[in-house]
Parts: sequence; structure tokens; C-alpha cells
Amino acid sequence: MSEPGDSMQPSHRVLHLHERVLGRNQEQAALNRELFRQAGVTVVNVLSAPGSGKTALLERTLTDLKSDVRAAVIVGDLATDNDARRLCRSGAPIVQITTGTLCHLEASMIARAWNELDLAALDLLFIENVGNLVCPAAFDLGESLRVVLTAVTEGEDKPLKYPTLFKTANIVLVTKLELADACGFDRSAVRKNIGEIAPQAEIIELSARSGHGMAAWYTRMRGLIHAYG
Amino acid sequence: MHEVGLMQEALLIALAQAERNGAARVHALTMRIGALAGVEVEALRLALQVVTADTAAEGAALHLEAVPVCCWCSECECTFRPNDSVFRCPHCHHLSDDIRQGREFDLIAVEIS
Repeated sequence: MSEPGDSMQPSHRVLHLHERVLGRNQEQAALNRELFRQAGVTVVNVLSAPGSGKTALLERTLTDLKSDVRAAVIVGDLATDNDARRLCRSGAPIVQITTGTLCHLEASMIARAWNELDLAALDLLFIENVGNLVCPAAFDLGESLRVVLTAVTEGEDKPLKYPTLFKTANIVLVTKLELADACGFDRSAVRKNIGEIAPQAEIIELSARSGHGMAAWYTRMRGLIHAYG
Repeated sequence: MHEVGLMQEALLIALAQAERNGAARVHALTMRIGALAGVEVEALRLALQVVTADTAAEGAALHLEAVPVCCWCSECECTFRPNDSVFRCPHCHHLSDDIRQGREFDLIAVEIS
């Protein structure tokens, strides 16, 4: 590796720094985390490729938990408010962030979005990140927990192809389980892949369409609210 | 592709440091990039050209120091460097989720005048 001083002109000098380039985001994420803690809100960052079923999962979750959990969603998309409009049907508070060309959400965007929410009236806040398995990995938003989705229609090897993001997951949800047979999906293979890439992650297989496996997901979310709230 | 945004952030830090030190030009940036930082080196180089246009860092060189992943094995109580993205201890084959090094994305030096 070349060093800045290798062919340096005499009038130049080198300043040695130890600056984390994402330092500003990390500071804002720490502020967010403290604010959420004080408000007693559990915050779940939901990540996946486009089309893995994040919105369908949250639509059903908001509706099914409505009787005993006060939940809201901050939803990020490059363009359109289609996802926000789908989620609004549940009656829960929804805040849309349209990122334009930005491929991920940042902590400062969450800080702006929470002004539109009454945190004191919430138990659980989902952040539906921009559909992307690369860029959001490095951006802490101040969440309590990270959930990464992989749909059976994506095949068994998504964790192997995108290890950096899967290694940050607390929970991996294998979604669209109702299509597993039609896709010839190998459930044991995906479990092995997730286990090797992300040994820290809990795995839940579910279908937001049929409802299969949703009870385990809800038990986990209720447990979180109890632990963080 | 978020390298442009990342380099924009790095450039802001570099320009602020240059100004604080009474320098008019930034000639080079040295960065440490972890294998798990989630950035592409070629995209970073291109991004630097884009974000430094018409700034005091226009034409600046980019020196990159690659940081390999280093994990902690709780069974053997030692660190190890995995060969691929499965972080398996070479001694006991235990899978590690304790990543001690490899997520770095740091600006460690700027060359100024």
C-alpha cells in the first residue's frame, strides 16, 4: 500500500486522523436510541431485498397486533407512497420517507420522521428500510433490533451472497412460506446457510398470507416490548 | 451504490481538517476500509473524483488500506482470520459472531498544503 508521504512535495504535510466517516450517523443513531429508550418504544429495523415481503409482513402484523400493541411504521422508499398507503389501511400511524436516489435510510431521516409521531402513544415502531441488501447494513438508525427477510422465492443462498447484511441480523425471517413447495424450496438448506453466515440470528419461517408462523413472530415482538418498554 | 454519499462525508471531514490547519489544498486522503464495510473500492475511487470536483481537494489521490476480518473464538479464547464469509474457527470449528475487526470505514490521514 502506498502512503501519502511516498512522493510528497516538500511544501505538503500529512495530518494523521482517526475519523470514522460514518461518525455523524453513529452519533445521531445514539441520540435516537436514547430518545426511544426514554419514550419506552421498541424500534425494529426491517431489511430485505425489494419484493421479499416487508410491507405484507407489516400490514398483517399491524392488523393482528392492533388489540394489544400500539405500533407504527416509518417506511422508506426511493419513490412513491404505495407502501405507506397499503400500511395506512391498518389504522396505525405511518410516516413515509421518500429517499429520492438514496439507497438506504440514515439516522437523521429517522430523527426527522419521529417528529410526526407521538412516541408516548407507542409501544413498537417498525422502520421499513429501502429494499436493498447492501447499503443499509452500515447505517445504524438507533434501532433495538434488526430483522432481515429472505423470501422462499429468492432461493436458499441469499445469506451467502449478502453476508455483510445478514451478519447484522438479530432475527432472520424466511417469508412467503406458502410458496415453498411451488418453488422447490429447500428449507433445511436455507437454515444451514443462515446458521453458518449469521450464527447469532434467530430464524422464523412464516407466511404473512396464510398466517403460518406468524404466532412465533408476534411472541417475539411482544417479548421485546416487555424487555425494552 | 452509496459510495458517493460516503465519499462526500469523508471529503467534508478532510476539508474541515484542512481549513482548521490553515491549508488551501487537499492532495490525498488515506482511508482504512474493512472487508465488512460494504463498499466497493473502484466505486469509491470514482466517487472521490465526482465529489471533489470544484473543491480544494480536486484531483486528490486516494490511498486505501484494506482491513481484514478478525473474529474472536469464545471456545479457544483466541482471535482468528476467517478465509471466507463463514466465520469458523480454524482450531475448534466453532462459528463466531464476535467480529473484532473488519467493519472499519475510517479517514486516517490527509495530505495538505
